[in-house]
Amino acid sequence: MTDAVTPAADRIRADVQSNDVVLFMKGTREMPQCGFSARVAGVLNYMAVPYKDVDVLADPAIRQGIKDFSDWPTIPQLYVKGEFVGGCDIVTEMALSGELDALLDQKGVSYDKAKADEIRKANA
Amino acid sequence: MPMQGEDIEALIRAAFPRARVTVTDLAGDGNHWAAEVVDESFRGRNRVEQQRAVYAALRGKMDGPNGELHALALTTKAPD
Repeated sequence: MTDAVTPAADRIRADVQSNDVVLFMKGTREMPQCGFSARVAGVLNYMAVPYKDVDVLADPAIRQGIKDFSDWPTIPQLYVKGEFVGGCDIVTEMALSGELDALLDQKGVSYDKAKADEIRKANA
Repeated sequence: MPMQGEDIEALIRAAFPRARVTVTDLAGDGNHWAAEVVDESFRGRNRVEQQRAVYAALRGKMDGPNGELHALALTTKAPD
């Protein structure tokens, strides 16, 4: 994480600190504009994880700023309790292995365990 | 000009000379790639650290709307 002082960095920091789960994505949770963003939003939606979606396409400063913030070149980016978890590939692997459940348990974030099991069953 | 699979593999190999690298053209359009990198240096590092190292090897090719590499699905791990 960088500690850059720019308006975009300030807004990103405020978002990840004031929401337990934040997804920076292309499009919105209801209307993703990219397959990678759609996959992560789909996992969170299905597992009924409460989260804030931030559409980086709405603001070029956030779109670049989030990459600088996490030192990660791609979008989507998932944050849980202020901590960068990963992008599409990592979140998918974690959902399928059960590590995402463990992380949410550990961080005290609610989700539907039965739905998470359904995702694993469907992809077994 | 999109990147070719050999270019992607060469950049990864330059940074991870002993790794097992598999690059796949996902859509057959030369624009959506998958890369699996299995390297001893990943042992003990979490996935974010592993994939950051691969992105670093790609030296900015993923950057921005004008990046040469549009879509790259990454899988990283240490050898079993």
